[in-house]
Amino acid sequence: MKESLGTTGLILNEPLLWEKGKKGRRGFSLPRRDVETCYLSEDLAGGCPDFPDLSEVDVVRHYTRLSQWNFGVDTGMYPLGSCTMKYNPKTNERQASLPGLAGAHPLLPASLSQGALKLMFELERFLAEITGMDAVTLQPAAGAHGEFTGMLLIYAYHKSKGSRRSKIIVPDTAHGTNPASATLCGYQPVPVKSNEQGVLSPEAVAEVMDDDTAGIMVTNPNTLGLFEENIKKIAEIVHSKGGLVYCDGANMNAIMGIVHMGEIGIDVLHLNLHKTFSTPHGGGGPGSGPVCVRKHLEPFLPVPRVVEKSGRYFFSENLPESIGKMQAFYGNFGVMIKAYSYILSMGENLKKASQLAVLNANYIKEMLKEVFHLPYDRPCMHECVFSDKFQLAHKVTTLDMVKRLMDYGFHPPTIYFPLVVHGAIMIEPTETESKEDIDLFIEALKTIADEAKNNPELLHEAPGLSRVRRLDETAAARKPCLAG
Amino acid sequence: MRYLPHTKDDIASMLEIVGADNLDDLFSTIPEDCRRTGRLNLPELLSEWELNGFMGALSDNMAVSPEYKVFMGAGSYEHYIPASVSYLLGRSEFVTSYTPYQPEISQGTLQAIYEYQTLTSRLLGMEVANASIYDGATALAEALLMAIRITGRKKVAISSLIHPFYRRVVQTYFEPASYEIMELPYFDNGRTNISKLEEVDELAAVAVQSPNFFGCIENLKEIGEVTHGRNALFVTSFTEPLAYGFLKNPGSQGADIACGEGQSLGIPRSFGGPVLGMFAGKMKYVRSMPGRLVGKTVDMDGKRGFVLTLATREQHIRREKATSNICTNNSLCALAAAMYMASVGGTGMLELSQLNFDKSEYLKKELEKAGFRISFESPTFNEFVVEFPAGFETTYERLLEKKIVAGLPLAPYYPEFSNHYLLCVTETMDREDMDVLIREVKP
Amino acid sequence: MKEISELNLPDDVRYAEDHEWARPEGDKVKVGINDYAQDQLGDIVFVELPQVGDTFKKDEEFGTVESVKAVSELYMPVGGEILAVNTVLEESPELVNESPYKDGWMLEVKPNNPDDWDALMTREIYLEMLKGVE
Repeated sequence: MKESLGTTGLILNEPLLWEKGKKGRRGFSLPRRDVETCYLSEDLAGGCPDFPDLSEVDVVRHYTRLSQWNFGVDTGMYPLGSCTMKYNPKTNERQASLPGLAGAHPLLPASLSQGALKLMFELERFLAEITGMDAVTLQPAAGAHGEFTGMLLIYAYHKSKGSRRSKIIVPDTAHGTNPASATLCGYQPVPVKSNEQGVLSPEAVAEVMDDDTAGIMVTNPNTLGLFEENIKKIAEIVHSKGGLVYCDGANMNAIMGIVHMGEIGIDVLHLNLHKTFSTPHGGGGPGSGPVCVRKHLEPFLPVPRVVEKSGRYFFSENLPESIGKMQAFYGNFGVMIKAYSYILSMGENLKKASQLAVLNANYIKEMLKEVFHLPYDRPCMHECVFSDKFQLAHKVTTLDMVKRLMDYGFHPPTIYFPLVVHGAIMIEPTETESKEDIDLFIEALKTIADEAKNNPELLHEAPGLSRVRRLDETAAARKPCLAG
Repeated sequence: MRYLPHTKDDIASMLEIVGADNLDDLFSTIPEDCRRTGRLNLPELLSEWELNGFMGALSDNMAVSPEYKVFMGAGSYEHYIPASVSYLLGRSEFVTSYTPYQPEISQGTLQAIYEYQTLTSRLLGMEVANASIYDGATALAEALLMAIRITGRKKVAISSLIHPFYRRVVQTYFEPASYEIMELPYFDNGRTNISKLEEVDELAAVAVQSPNFFGCIENLKEIGEVTHGRNALFVTSFTEPLAYGFLKNPGSQGADIACGEGQSLGIPRSFGGPVLGMFAGKMKYVRSMPGRLVGKTVDMDGKRGFVLTLATREQHIRREKATSNICTNNSLCALAAAMYMASVGGTGMLELSQLNFDKSEYLKKELEKAGFRISFESPTFNEFVVEFPAGFETTYERLLEKKIVAGLPLAPYYPEFSNHYLLCVTETMDREDMDVLIREVKP
Repeated sequence: MKEISELNLPDDVRYAEDHEWARPEGDKVKVGINDYAQDQLGDIVFVELPQVGDTFKKDEEFGTVESVKAVSELYMPVGGEILAVNTVLEESPELVNESPYKDGWMLEVKPNNPDDWDALMTREIYLEMLKGVE
């Protein structure tokens, strides 16, 4: 019997920053003073902020210890559905810290920033090619920001046609950012249910699509891990009433080189560079959410656009119908560098990556479908969704089971999403997990299913090996303590 | 390919279990007419070593210090970043982890962000800060939307001395809604003129940036008092947080929401992103705040721990009624800022801020001595506007060739100010560099 | 979570489809959420209630109740003017879990339409509805 990945080990406690330090300590090398001290009037000058004074050693130990309390992709398998926690290549980090790129001021004259401009221009071309769309903006800071941008583009499009539409169709399996982004744009989300096969049916969409509906927000592949096989018909229905089709491209990792998004009727989609394109999640960002559009939406893209003329690159504000600006500057350039490096390193292997991601997910689905209830027993894309139906009989919930998974050395999958599946467990292995690691993962889940039958208390108390046990989230919400 | 561990045997045995003949078969549920024909038209892949060479060439084709002396700020600042911060930020447990939804194995990120929230609220003199927004501009847009939610009113007044790009982002965010933006003009001394506030009713918020785009320090206290007199919320913005190591912080001057750009705190400029939207407010409005919040709690054994909290404000629960659509934010940048603030320390912040102030004052005074007019008489921090003679464009171009970027021309943003240039000096400029600039621009 | 048989559903109140209860007290009506609702929600962390003096129709949204991971809208079982709200819930939202029919009350309403009361379900009818839902 192989040794479990999860084990005990000496991890150190570490206090809060202001519980350490001593006044007068310094963790920073103050630059040499070569100018006179000047004075600012009393009414403007304040005192120093109430920060602790720490030595460099204090700071290094503090964050080194804190980091050891975290589980990352580099630690082990991180099968979070819809998050695409694939391996983050280290060469990408090296490129992003090249001084010419990391140190560049965004307002440098074009003649002095050709490297960055060329990178952005080419990345736009790559993303257009990979998705099969016509034009790209790299400005949105993350997926949700990209969704909002997409909504604004749709709004601007309809406005230019003299039509003010108030609604947008949002499937019941949509990620929460979808309706939230629609609302930011003043659209009222109109729900539509997925059918028994777990996909949208054209009839359901036709029922709600009218002249007051700006369009539809689909996710394809959807959050159940299934390809929306009726997408072409649905797009036709929406287009026939003058609406547009927005695609949440968070699940692009399943279909690179396999589906041409423009051909299936998508007008605008966003990508998550921090998912599909291997840039790291950073504990919650920064990400990057480029938006790709068909030609008819290009005039509305945010400014500035990167243009090329005779091999030279520069920014242009010459887009009179542009929706404006989504961020102060051009987007998360440091993240773009990493995605760009990834695409240059992978080339055609991007298609292979999608194929292997889908293979891994289907393998897990087949190996676990006797053990966990599979609401949609059909071929999946890059992720599969189980429910806790079998284990509920033993009064064990999805939450209990995934908390126990930590003790076995795996990060939990996504849970309780999508909302249409009771106790949903969404597993996305990604293509960078090897068969051995996936087999270990499957073993661990099978063991947990046994424990659910024979030792449910163990699961109710899990995790047992982490530095902290289950936390009181109720108290944190009732009496919020948000600063020390 | 080193990121794809599957061998031919692995693939074969897995295909067998799945019941597919080959990898293409896995996509049989995708209708034929949705499938892509032809290959992806991408450049041939590069080896790691070729990539290094290729990217190195891009990097070389950029103007950065120490080779270039770039006297520009305008929302993006060069400050020294300690090696310890870059090193710690590279720890893969921070870099490769996800949002801390499973708190038991994310205490590193959670405690670090709780500390960031605390340091941010202390820096700005506010009661609570969130875990980050994307940048200073989107933070301002979110702040105004929050004020509109809280007051139920639809009009905001914003200073025309807020960074022009920030104002454009606000306009973009406001476009589909029926919210009104009233712009406040400025005085000759480089500060915002709030007299228009007397004429307007039903304001949700008044927003001012300090130090403002011209580098001038605003009289926040007075503006705050007038704003509250009109029953509106006082929103303050900033592009240079280092100023608050030294100046009176927004909280002490009456801010209800303080937001801005945190890039100066240990984050490289990186051609404008990723940066850091800092956002802080009052506890009484916390349920209206956008963005993630980390709270302190205990685990089942009574041990102190941290969790994401008040999540019912957010999109994954509240969906269309959320306080914002933000999901992924700029967490790692917030971490960098916390590490930076921890390294510099309270005493250090004051000294560093003072040094920044002194360096830019030196350049300002020397330019005056050399016969140039400083455009605005209000006190400034790090940045100031100087008037150069007509035809200065030629000198500017000549200086570019000498690897000196002599500031940012104001004309594109404030057409009434052709020949005026916004100059920035931080602790990274030596006196020598400034002396060279003066020599070069002197007639 | 409780089985239907374990639920506490008193006789002195009537029930709405959305699991609110209403109890007549003189010429006023007290309103809250029932045992099924509080059990489903889990630990309640926050209750958002309207202002005294506000008026709502039957079935109109009057507030929200939050647990850690969910938010539920609250709908008026009967229409009328709000005479009082239970401000104790600001500090102690857990009262809704601990005592949903007494200390966890939410509103005191001056009903403006006697038909509203008739449309509410008795305990027996509500139980039938619940069994159908499960």
